[in-house]
Amino acid sequence: MAGKTLYDKLWDTHLVRQQEAGSGLIYIDLHLLHEVTSPQAFEGLRTAGRTPWRISGNLATPDHNVPTTLQERLTGVEGIADPVSRIQIETLDDNCSRFGIVEFKMNDPRQGIVHVVGPEQGATLPGMTVVCGDSHTSTHGAFGALAHGIGTSEVEHVLATQCLITNKMKNMLVRVDGRLSPGVTAKDVVLAIIGKIGTAGGTGYAIEFGGEVVRNLSMEGRMTICNMAIEAGARAGMVAVDQTTIDYVEGRPFAPGREHWQQAVESWERFVSDNDAVFDQRVILDGSAVIPQVTWGTSPEMVLPVDGNVPDPTEEPDATRRQSIEHALAYMGLSANQPITDILLDRVFIGSCTNARIEDLREAAAVVKGCKVASTVKQALVVPGSGLVKAQAEKEGLHMVFRDAGFEWREPGCSMCLAMNADKLGQGEHCASTSNRNFEGRQGFHGRTHLVSPLMAAAAAIEGHFVDVRTLMSQL
Amino acid sequence: MRKFVQHSGVVVPLDRANVDTDMIIPKQFLKSIKRSGFGPNLFDEYRYLDEGEVGQDCSLRPLNTEFVLNQSRYKGCSILLARENFGCGSSREHAPWALDDFGVKVIIASSYAEIFYNNCLKNGLLPIVLQDEQLDKLFEEVAAEEGYQLNIDLKNQQIIKPGGEQLEFEIDGFRKHCLLHGLDDISLTLQYSEAIKSYEARREQEAPWLFEERR
Ligand code: SF4
Repeated sequence: MAGKTLYDKLWDTHLVRQQEAGSGLIYIDLHLLHEVTSPQAFEGLRTAGRTPWRISGNLATPDHNVPTTLQERLTGVEGIADPVSRIQIETLDDNCSRFGIVEFKMNDPRQGIVHVVGPEQGATLPGMTVVCGDSHTSTHGAFGALAHGIGTSEVEHVLATQCLITNKMKNMLVRVDGRLSPGVTAKDVVLAIIGKIGTAGGTGYAIEFGGEVVRNLSMEGRMTICNMAIEAGARAGMVAVDQTTIDYVEGRPFAPGREHWQQAVESWERFVSDNDAVFDQRVILDGSAVIPQVTWGTSPEMVLPVDGNVPDPTEEPDATRRQSIEHALAYMGLSANQPITDILLDRVFIGSCTNARIEDLREAAAVVKGCKVASTVKQALVVPGSGLVKAQAEKEGLHMVFRDAGFEWREPGCSMCLAMNADKLGQGEHCASTSNRNFEGRQGFHGRTHLVSPLMAAAAAIEGHFVDVRTLMSQL
Repeated sequence: MRKFVQHSGVVVPLDRANVDTDMIIPKQFLKSIKRSGFGPNLFDEYRYLDEGEVGQDCSLRPLNTEFVLNQSRYKGCSILLARENFGCGSSREHAPWALDDFGVKVIIASSYAEIFYNNCLKNGLLPIVLQDEQLDKLFEEVAAEEGYQLNIDLKNQQIIKPGGEQLEFEIDGFRKHCLLHGLDDISLTLQYSEAIKSYEARREQEAPWLFEERR
């Protein structure tokens, strides 16, 4: 019999019951909650007279709507200027306190983007199942966990039963060989993967990321890659457990204590694909050939190396694709064949669950140090992924590096990644963003998003247009 | 959940690939803590020329008359014809809620993002998958005939065209059963409470750290 993939093992470990017609009832170890997708689920629970199945299986924090200016944060939830956002955050607070669910409230130093907070606290552990009413839950797969987003009805189902009804996905291996050159990051790798397989390339699959490049990445880099698995259409992305994983988890607040540590580590080590495991599909990428990536269009698959030129729709034979390119060029205000490095930027955003961890901020700060944000850039924002990331960055003096260069240093939250709070693009503005989605209107009404790595965003802020960060780094 | 057995209605064509959930319902409307009332803001950035705000009276807003949903020939439409990877992007269930609230009960496309697909089924909406060639033909037929209607028969997994031609479609047996009977997943799962409890007991032995209280 063929061996098992990491995903097969995670599935088997959590299968409570094989249902009729192929679906499985899967046990959920960790359910993360935030303010946007949970209120209707709690309401449904209450209306039906139900209570959560296992309170300790849940962890909550507000992130999407929280203001990111210190002034607005200082006055607490009551001080949130937008009344609709305030109600949503108050509703999360009320629901969590009513049911006794652990919540890192808005001004708790541990608050932050839910996908930054889970791993940082050691709440996300290898071998777990993790779900959240948020598609970027795939991030947690970096720990050798099965993690994916769910809708609000499923949030209610998980609250009520600690289980999820789901179909087993197919297995895909994405192997990234070789070594990354300096200035090329996990973000560039995942953008290159999406460019190669497309935004629907992973639909129906759980993707395992492997190969020398992935093995050599830190946990934070692995999280960046898994975070964007959903942008390749795969609900779940994952990386096998190794020493890097275990070292990262050790000593975190919610990680197993000394009495269980050894037992836990032994059980985690088997969360790797067997050598003879069969994948339904394999994709191989040469990591050494990847150079910094920039999206030019309105879907993450519309991505090019920084030395590329925006596509010319007249050269596209397929009618639907041609139409998509024309549409995207018009929306983005770009012309066919225009060099990527000619794109001028109005705003720069360093943040989001993709790239707002301490290593991201360190990398960006190293580029920014001693430079100034270009005068043509209206706003450059750094929004740390959590209160603890912010505190660490301040300890290292990174906030001063950013401030001296002309960046704004903000309080943690989702911020301009989806612009639910006051941080947003104006009409027609171009933004170099370290987030994960460049959909129309994502960062503001008629705003234009270009997805890049933190290094590339920092370089773009200084130059006012896209530049290959490696040319700046060689001058350092 | 509302039952879905059969549905006939006017078809509206949205000839674009990769229609994402930000397009279906922009984020500012996600601030609501309700499940209903999203219909007027379905495809907000396409239906209106101005920037939509929460709680606004949409009847006073300038319409984008070029957008299909604003064209009188598709008035009262309830079947949305779309292209590949429909509903990609976020997990927001507000997307199917908005479609439903607007009146769309059936979507026909060549593929869907998975979370969106599941979310539809949990709300009594039927997402149907057809081949590209079948879709191309439907797009042509809709364009050719004002008020073009389809009849959807879930029990027999068929789409019946105005001339009587039938197209078959696939759907997972469990999901079909839930839709036909309007079954609520949670009550179904709670029938297996004992299985969940015995799983937990076994798992707590194997991996006790998973059951420690977080503080
Ligand atoms: S940072 Fe962006 S992508 Fe991540 S959870 Fe927040 S809104 Fe979603």
